[in-house]
Amino acid sequence: MALSDYEPVIGLEVHCQLKTRTKSFCACPVVFGAPPNSAVCPVCLGYPGVLPVLNREMVTLAMRVALATGSEIQERSVFARKNYFYPDLPKGYQISQLDRPLAVGGHVPVRTSGGERPIRLSRIHLEEDAGKLMHEFPWDDVPTGASLVDLNRAGTPLIEIVSEPEIRSGDEAWDYLNRLRRIVRYVDASDGNMEEGSLRCDANVSVRRKGAVPLGTKVEVKNLNSINHVRKAIEHEVERQAGTLDRGGAVVQETRLWHPETGTTRPMRSKEEAMDYRYFPDPDLGTLEVDGEWKQGVAESMPELPDARVARLVLQYGLPLADADTICLSRPLADWFEAAALAHPSNPKGVANWLLSELLSRIGDADRQAGRVPLAPAALARLVARIDDGTISGKIGKELLPLLIDSGKDPDELIREKGLVQVTDEGEIRGVVEGVVGANPQQAAAFRAGKTQALGWFVGQVMKASGGKANPAIVNRLLKERLEQG
Amino acid sequence: MSAVDRLLDGPAADLARAVREREVTAVAVAEKALGRVRAAADRHGSYLWFAEDLALAQAAEVDRLVEHGENFPLAGVPLAVKDNIHVETLPSTAGSKILAGFVAAESATCVRRLVAAGAVVVGKTNCDEFGMGSSNESSAYRPVKNPWDPERVPGGSSGGSAAAVAARSAPLAIGTDTGGSVRQPASLCGLVGWKPTYGRVSRYGLIAFASSLDQAGAFARTVEDAALAFREMAGEDPRDSTSLRTPVPDVLGRMKKGVEGLRVGLLLEAEAEGGLAPDVRKSFEGTAELLRKAGATIVEVSVPRVPMAVPVYYLVATAEASSNLARFDGIRYGARRGDGDLASVYTGTRSAGFGPEVKRRILLGTFALSAGYQDAYYGRAERVRALLRRDFDAAFLKVDAILCPTSPETAFRFGAKTADPLQMYLADVFTVPASLAGLPALSVPSGLSSEGLPIGMQFIGPVDSEPVLFALARSVEEGAGVWTLKPPDAL
Repeated sequence: MALSDYEPVIGLEVHCQLKTRTKSFCACPVVFGAPPNSAVCPVCLGYPGVLPVLNREMVTLAMRVALATGSEIQERSVFARKNYFYPDLPKGYQISQLDRPLAVGGHVPVRTSGGERPIRLSRIHLEEDAGKLMHEFPWDDVPTGASLVDLNRAGTPLIEIVSEPEIRSGDEAWDYLNRLRRIVRYVDASDGNMEEGSLRCDANVSVRRKGAVPLGTKVEVKNLNSINHVRKAIEHEVERQAGTLDRGGAVVQETRLWHPETGTTRPMRSKEEAMDYRYFPDPDLGTLEVDGEWKQGVAESMPELPDARVARLVLQYGLPLADADTICLSRPLADWFEAAALAHPSNPKGVANWLLSELLSRIGDADRQAGRVPLAPAALARLVARIDDGTISGKIGKELLPLLIDSGKDPDELIREKGLVQVTDEGEIRGVVEGVVGANPQQAAAFRAGKTQALGWFVGQVMKASGGKANPAIVNRLLKERLEQG
Repeated sequence: MSAVDRLLDGPAADLARAVREREVTAVAVAEKALGRVRAAADRHGSYLWFAEDLALAQAAEVDRLVEHGENFPLAGVPLAVKDNIHVETLPSTAGSKILAGFVAAESATCVRRLVAAGAVVVGKTNCDEFGMGSSNESSAYRPVKNPWDPERVPGGSSGGSAAAVAARSAPLAIGTDTGGSVRQPASLCGLVGWKPTYGRVSRYGLIAFASSLDQAGAFARTVEDAALAFREMAGEDPRDSTSLRTPVPDVLGRMKKGVEGLRVGLLLEAEAEGGLAPDVRKSFEGTAELLRKAGATIVEVSVPRVPMAVPVYYLVATAEASSNLARFDGIRYGARRGDGDLASVYTGTRSAGFGPEVKRRILLGTFALSAGYQDAYYGRAERVRALLRRDFDAAFLKVDAILCPTSPETAFRFGAKTADPLQMYLADVFTVPASLAGLPALSVPSGLSSEGLPIGMQFIGPVDSEPVLFALARSVEEGAGVWTLKPPDAL
């Protein structure tokens, strides 16, 4: 049998750090890159005698994600303690939710070979993050082999978004994560940055014979630090499991770690070593009640969601679907585009083309996500407008772009300064045409003998002679007339 | 005997009045009280840590503000605080070696409220480790002697607070009550002791034992003092999500109205459970008679699941404790043991830091929550707990309060129950039901046994019935008159 005889069954558990100002259960600020243990207090340090008080902003942001994915927010949900010992877990338990999560159901669509398909969500629940262990430090007074604990992250708000096992390939997982990331960013719930850990993903992977109903044995894959790694790890794991079954072996239920250096997964712990977290309802917090008013307030503050925006951009500006999708990569980028398009309403498609082909190619993913386009929307709008009204040619426009970016000047100003206004005066152009044709009798004869390609060569020469400023359409027409005259 | 000495032997209310009216200064009271605290620590082991600097500073502040006309209800009243309740700048060990050296950065909300009312913290009192015990013999530091008979236990777990007040080192003490840890030692030491409706007093600053049961309460020699402490300690706290937001009921106003017309139910199960010491039974019957004469209607009432309360309590409380005590891992504070790998730090710290009773309960609770057993133990216990609440709801359709002995017997001798933990647990049979149901309850001295040991009666009422409970206790106090007696081994 071959790999293609097996169907992968994949479910993703995504941890998403919420962009609250303060931590889940205390007033400490949520900070990144601050000196170790500088954003801590007795509550998030797990000192004796302290009590957690829920940060309502955490719930509000989680509700935004729930609403954006069509997940049903529960009127009552319950915090539970997940008990285990680890130095980065100050209380010896993590406050999470188990059998009564904040939201259930919902879906995230993914693109597949057969079109779009919704991946259903089983739940979205609230929990707090743990701290971090440090094994390498810049200080030389730490004994060799020691580990230190930084609890700045302890108590940072998270949601866990759990999908049903409906993903069928690494590509689908890749698309699911991109879509999910775009959603959490659009609703301003999270930075959604996998590399920085504000988005984390574990994958549950199993395979079964195509057409088989029962699920295969599940393996949990951890240490997936980018969306691309998720795809690679899943592809590897599917291949490994299919190979094992093909050789007559059995897949072992276990947790495996992805090793990006080797591109393989390796066992971390077996089912027998699985932890018993002894979950029980947290008596310090009671039931979380979300009333209609709260929910409605959140619903009313929701921004336009990415899929809806893509559809609107197609309709409103006549963009091709793929272009609209790229522009809607992030809310700031789409906002940038719309600002530019509205500043040059007669040609939004032209604005989109310039943005996609000339500007985005100059910036990396982080800048695209942040909408950090190196030009003001109004500047691009004016540049395109000047091409559209014939003031400059498209070619000049392209040459002008780096200068615009570097100088930050207004396009009109720069066009004037550089004397780049296009020449449309037919008498002036005719003079240049006469000169070029007169100086090249052989080429002119060749054209008249039927070698029509020579026209292109003449256009090039005329443009060159005019310093690129001659209007190409006029050049073309006048050259043709002149050459055909003989 | 000086005026200050006489005031320290009397009720807190009288002492506060004297300080308010500037008959004595709070500083003079504090100085005298601090001497008594040292003496009580030596004599009974009731204190673990002393608060000289803090007490004198707080007393000076009280004097200063009294001069400016401030009308503190507890002006200059020396306050003893159980060692599992934080007081800023003082050690806070919960009677455990694992917290040796730990100093609280800020005071518990209930302490802050009492200090704001004029109270002066004089010391931290001994207790069973993490509040786990009924005799104070589980303190990691030393046992506490009962001032009524130094060969007997003061009860627990707030035994130090009870002995401190009984010995006259402070007129007021606070403790925590998870399954009876204020009421039972109050009973064994001849004091008034109460636990509030769950959520009425903030838990912020209490070192947690079992969060769904823990409440702070107070010890006093008179019902009025106890009620005063309730009024000052009770109230919403934004730092405790389980604190009640409803208005605090007025206990002092109701207390003056007497008990006429109140319906009091004698707990049928108190008799049926057997094990009542004869003197305790006699006092139970005598208290009923006394209340009848005062105008209350006495009926019998059943709370059928009371016999299940002890097993339910020891599953719920230990389950929560196993989680609450996980933070004592030697990583961030407290005494760390073990070196090398992480496992040795954990096992070294916890093996050396926790005493045998705490270990027993952590293991019990861990088991009760384990996969495969959770539903049969913790889950079932929570279901029975819900049914017990319903039993109480039904009972309170018929009566305003339930009367039963606080403890089946009077203070027992050291070592009498230490060999058999189950015997110790059964001593809580009458106190744990109110804890599980989140109901207010108090213990009031109702008489002395033939051996001269105090007997306490407990009133349990529905949510927010504290005014009725204090009124009933006042009636018993007047009738029994135990509060006027000084324990033989008092200072």
